[in-house]
Amino acid sequence: MEATSRTFKDNARRALVEPDLQQALARMKAGFVVNRAAAVGRLPEFDALRDEARAIKNHTLAHLDFYLERFEQMVTAQGGHVHWCRTAEEARRTILEICRSVGAKVVTKGKSMIGEEIAINDYLAANGITPVETDLGEYIIQLRHEPPSHIIAPAIHVTKKQVADSFYATHTNLDASRKLEEPRALVDEARAMLRQRYLDADVGITGANFLIAETGSTVIVTNEGNGDLTQTLPKIHIVTASLEKIVPTLEDASTILRVLARSATGQEFSAYTTFSTGPRRAEDLDGPGQFHVVLLDNGRSALLGTELQDILRCIRCGACMNHCPVYGAVGGHAYGWVYPGPMGAVLTPTLIGVEEASDLPNASTFCGRCEEVCPMHIPLPKLMRHYRERAFDKGLTPPLPRLALALWAFLAQRPRLYQALTAIKIRVLGALGRRRGRFRKIPFAGGWTRHRDMPAPEGRTFQRMWDEAGGAR
Amino acid sequence: MSAAREQILATIRRARGRDGDDATFHAAAEQRLRQPPRGTIPARVDRPPAALIELFVEQALALSATVDRVASAADVPAAVAAFLARENLPATLRAAPSPEIEALPWQDRPALTVTYGRSDGQDEVSLTPAFAAVAETGTLMLRAGPDHPTTLNFLPDTHIVVLRASRVVGPYEDGWAWLREAGAMPRAVNFVSGPSRTADIEQTIQLGAHGPRRLHIVLVEDGDGR
Repeated sequence: MEATSRTFKDNARRALVEPDLQQALARMKAGFVVNRAAAVGRLPEFDALRDEARAIKNHTLAHLDFYLERFEQMVTAQGGHVHWCRTAEEARRTILEICRSVGAKVVTKGKSMIGEEIAINDYLAANGITPVETDLGEYIIQLRHEPPSHIIAPAIHVTKKQVADSFYATHTNLDASRKLEEPRALVDEARAMLRQRYLDADVGITGANFLIAETGSTVIVTNEGNGDLTQTLPKIHIVTASLEKIVPTLEDASTILRVLARSATGQEFSAYTTFSTGPRRAEDLDGPGQFHVVLLDNGRSALLGTELQDILRCIRCGACMNHCPVYGAVGGHAYGWVYPGPMGAVLTPTLIGVEEASDLPNASTFCGRCEEVCPMHIPLPKLMRHYRERAFDKGLTPPLPRLALALWAFLAQRPRLYQALTAIKIRVLGALGRRRGRFRKIPFAGGWTRHRDMPAPEGRTFQRMWDEAGGAR
Repeated sequence: MSAAREQILATIRRARGRDGDDATFHAAAEQRLRQPPRGTIPARVDRPPAALIELFVEQALALSATVDRVASAADVPAAVAAFLARENLPATLRAAPSPEIEALPWQDRPALTVTYGRSDGQDEVSLTPAFAAVAETGTLMLRAGPDHPTTLNFLPDTHIVVLRASRVVGPYEDGWAWLREAGAMPRAVNFVSGPSRTADIEQTIQLGAHGPRRLHIVLVEDGDGR
């Protein structure tokens, strides 16, 4: 997919005045945020589990080579295959080869962020294979030719009226005068349309929430049941997963599962959590004849041992974006690539380059809610700050902020001058703003005052008051 | 792609900034796989077996599953027939070819047609056993195998599960312990919590997305067999 992260500011400006999107985002706050808080409230052990979940992933990352090799051994021992892929291109080619080996014409897909990251749908379509998304949200955005706007609710920006319009336009074999006003009717129609697709597909592609080193299992966590139909019915099951999805044992997965659904949708546990281990066995009556794991690196191994390693603990629950005031105002598409919100602001520059995405780490007030709700304790503001520094070092920051920062740095290193100047500034601004108590415009700060007023200072600087109160230096 | 494999592993090892004796370094990891440690188990499952069964039922009902309780396995066919009649469903079942299901006295209900095998998508109602059930979240643990085709869990509109009360555990970890005792990891382990659902259209919950619209549990109170 073509990234539009470079034009984040324009994307955001447009999103802010999009009425359907604003309505959808308001619903999200009422849904995900309230439900998560309730689910966390019902589990007194939640914080202890978060700490353990973090420790499990840190341990796993420290022994990543060991666990990946064990995982591969176990998959192979059960008749499956692991394909190591350095890049998105290698992963796409691998998947295409597997599909071609059985002359696949139709491929069903469960929801997978790796599928989005490597843009597998466009690639398969360009090579004469029809990809069919089966998760309802993914199906809707596939019909609309759009990327997902949320990592667990890909069509969260779409209204039911828009879904109905897409269905009328696509399902042309059905009665054109049928009623599609209620979500129930839409769900039933999608269910009926996709039923035959599951049975026709030659290959089913899913993602993975976890890979289990101990058993060579892959795990999907879903609510609709589409992922299970996708991986059970076709001849071949392909799992696309990035390498940091690995955990050592079934117990470790269980610990992290306890915080996953609660953080994501506020459910205690998702409707379906499935552990798949290899292809169908000799006596089995169903299941895929082949089991392939496409294990994607795409720059992740290079994060190990760096300041950015913590992002590899991410379990893709979406809590950070659900609680982010910036995501809540502009939605996911403004971020311009596959991963939106705070985790996207860290992952996008990592995966497509800070040059392409230097605005994203700036799309944060550093309010800290993302870190507060992250079930894996990822210090997202710190990681975003790191990318801000990297963008500054690379000269990607625009001239005016650079000049302002240079000026501030000059003064900050000269405390007497700094104090003298701020004392003057406070006095002048205080006098100028006495009448209204606020400023509508400030020279050189038009960007800041365009959307809010600057309160006028009243009185003295903090330093002065500190001294007067006898505060210690 | 073995070049890719070697390069990825080399990057990981280089990042750790040490080389040489991997065996010593990975001893802790080896140990973790040999004896998987348990994390914190929620206190809500810290109760006697009879109370765990009540917790399971309470949680399953909260997930929009339905539960019938019968005194013994012999009562299952009558309970299933009554459920089908109540819900206006056809008296035809596609059942898992498991000894536990086959041994039920279906002959007592001649109006019920029971066939065994996988589902091809044409069956309205399926019937399967459960390997275990997790009281913590009202979750069924289903084990795929020749005696339990996975398609039965997902294709039919209505999924009926026969669960023996003695198979109710507290946390997931107790289910894993039983599974390890039973032998190798099966091809699929399906944890099922209520019927299929979606909130992808305007965040309104709809049951029956792609999997079953109804999940009905027939709980056989067979005493605490443990």
